[in-house]
Amino acid sequence: MSKRIFITGIGIITGIGNNVEETLQSIRSGKTGVGKIKYLDTFHKDTIPVSEVNYSNDELIALLGLDKNEPFTRATLMGIMAAAEAVKSAGITNMNDKRTGVISGTTVGGMDKSEQFYHDFLTAGEHIRYIESHDCGDSTERIADYIHVKDFVSTTSTACSSAANSIMFGARLIKNNRLDRVIAGGTESLTKYHLNGFNTLMILDRELCKPFDENRKGLNLGEGAAFVVLESEDLVKETGKKVFCELTGYGNACEAFHQTASTPEGKGAYLAMKKALDRSGLRIDQIDYINAHGTGTENNDISEGRAIETLFGKTPPPVSSTKSFTGHTTSAAGGVEAILSILAIQHNLIYPNMNFQEQMKELSFKPVTHLMENVKVDHVLSNSFGFGGNNSALIFSRV
Amino acid sequence: MEVFIKGAGIISPQNTTDNSVFLNDIVKHEKDTLNCVEPVYKEYINPIQLRRMSRLIKMSICASKICLKEAGIENPGAIISGTGLGLVEDTEKFLNSVLDYKEQFLTPTSFIQSTHNTISGQVAIALQCFNYNNTYSHRGFSFESALLDGMLLIHDKDAENALIGGFDEITEQHHSILKKTKWVKKEQVNHLDLLNYKTPGTVDGEGVSFIAITGKKDEGTYAQIKNISTLYKPKDYKEVENHIEKFLSENGISKNDLDLVVLGLNGNTDTDGIYYNLTDNYFNTNYAYFKHLCGEYHTVGAFALWFASKCIKHQNVPEIAIYNKQHFTKKPIKNVLVYNHFKNINHSFYLLNQ
Repeated sequence: MSKRIFITGIGIITGIGNNVEETLQSIRSGKTGVGKIKYLDTFHKDTIPVSEVNYSNDELIALLGLDKNEPFTRATLMGIMAAAEAVKSAGITNMNDKRTGVISGTTVGGMDKSEQFYHDFLTAGEHIRYIESHDCGDSTERIADYIHVKDFVSTTSTACSSAANSIMFGARLIKNNRLDRVIAGGTESLTKYHLNGFNTLMILDRELCKPFDENRKGLNLGEGAAFVVLESEDLVKETGKKVFCELTGYGNACEAFHQTASTPEGKGAYLAMKKALDRSGLRIDQIDYINAHGTGTENNDISEGRAIETLFGKTPPPVSSTKSFTGHTTSAAGGVEAILSILAIQHNLIYPNMNFQEQMKELSFKPVTHLMENVKVDHVLSNSFGFGGNNSALIFSRV
Repeated sequence: MEVFIKGAGIISPQNTTDNSVFLNDIVKHEKDTLNCVEPVYKEYINPIQLRRMSRLIKMSICASKICLKEAGIENPGAIISGTGLGLVEDTEKFLNSVLDYKEQFLTPTSFIQSTHNTISGQVAIALQCFNYNNTYSHRGFSFESALLDGMLLIHDKDAENALIGGFDEITEQHHSILKKTKWVKKEQVNHLDLLNYKTPGTVDGEGVSFIAITGKKDEGTYAQIKNISTLYKPKDYKEVENHIEKFLSENGISKNDLDLVVLGLNGNTDTDGIYYNLTDNYFNTNYAYFKHLCGEYHTVGAFALWFASKCIKHQNVPEIAIYNKQHFTKKPIKNVLVYNHFKNINHSFYLLNQ
């Protein structure tokens, strides 16, 4: 039960890069993925900026050597890209010698294809095979099949905290000796469905988002996938492999306030961070960087900012949101930001909160505005909050 | 890993909300989907809130209240649910508006309510429960993941108890889509006679099932959940048998110790052979089945678990659910295995004890 959980592999694909290397390059050069819509077929394509993965579905299918007649959704294709990179970086050659699971987070699942073929589903049914890829479990199973994982598959669906909850569940399965390693994270493609959903909530910025800025106007949606490989302490000892870092803390709490809004004082956010910190056994002054959920909406940034103040005091450790780079990748966000947190430790970096100009009146602190290099980053707290008051926090630590 | 079932709130196509009885008044449905027998909501939810809720939210709030009341739990240590397709009615509503009105003139209500974690979130709001909250959506492993998560929390002492739910709904529109696939029977059937058609496909059902689990045994306990296991895409019958063998032995019993095996037979000739192989060649005990009562859906495992725990609590298998009527032997029901699979992809196993 006292087993430690190590991160041995990472894989990511978002609007700022198709792999870990490209992602890091974009961050270093301050390049955002947010811009004009290129792939999503929507009425809003000239007015709402998003961060899209820079491949079409056909290109991804060709890259991965898949059969184009199979009903692959965009979430599946991006998920395979990221999960395969994670497995490769963990140096896993035989997937079947240890008890292995895939746990992915997704919420819109195969909606990209369902919205394209829905009228057909109800009438002629020529594309009815895509109904089999509509549900959230489909992408997870196709990812697992691609990387030959068979022992355990599961999918979390808690909106924007999904991937963080996947990582947490994976860690707990390893701690309880039910699995030896888990490929955990999330994948979410842009769809008309949730682009319009967020648009009706009037929380989409028409310009580049400005998290934690006094004049923030909302979020930019993004898409992508990101997975980590979690391994047990025993397995790491047995193979003697190099690890990226350790997952030392995790916490999940519910705000129980409103389906889509958070309390002004950020009760759920506070509870999640506090639980993660308590579990890690770290003191607040040991956290070197907070990778905030920081969506750029009026509501999130005030709740999260206040929750950070409540837990860390008026001068918290450096805080930034990386959503001005990747957009808000919703269910994948917890995975995307887990990987950015891990890279921060690996490369001694603290990322800028791009587009920030003016400090929020309600908060005592402002986010990091410039890339900080060669800084001490031993412990990073990463927040992910979702609809339904689902708040989750993860802590990654240097080994 | 073991936990105890302490309370249940089950809304299903049968009369299951009264926990004092056990399938004593069977409902025969005339439509080709099996829809839930809905309770009188205003006994559980105030009328102002009721008006804003879609059917699945109402059923879920209601089932969670029935469950917690029986369990004597006010504020559970965790709320975890599983669902295959989430809130289908709200999803269809928003999707149809997006498509019909070409992404204009939309309102957010159905979108907001269509995320899969709406149920866990709404139940938490109703209870003002700030504890651990999670939702799984993975086909025939949705409820199983939720239950496993809850068992881990209790085992890790992160929670003393947990409210675990499974929910899925069938709508007319979704049924019309499913009818185009091979998974639903083409012919009109009497669902109570489901196993005798010998044709491909099954009948669509739905249900909302909440159970309360705790780490401590007390008077109100239904049964002990000794363990749970899942098996993904077995390549043949032998792999299923081997998995069961291993699962039982890891939990210290053999197949000969089983007093009852609850099987997920759903009348689909393409996939029921897996169960028949076990009854013909592997087990030698009493069998029960249940999908002729509630239909097939992603989280039907929750109904199966409730059914099995109820058999243990009442020390009785309802006549209508006995599979091997001719060879059924009357004996105490102590060890029960529940085996269910979803489309021969997601196979799940629960081991229960008295």
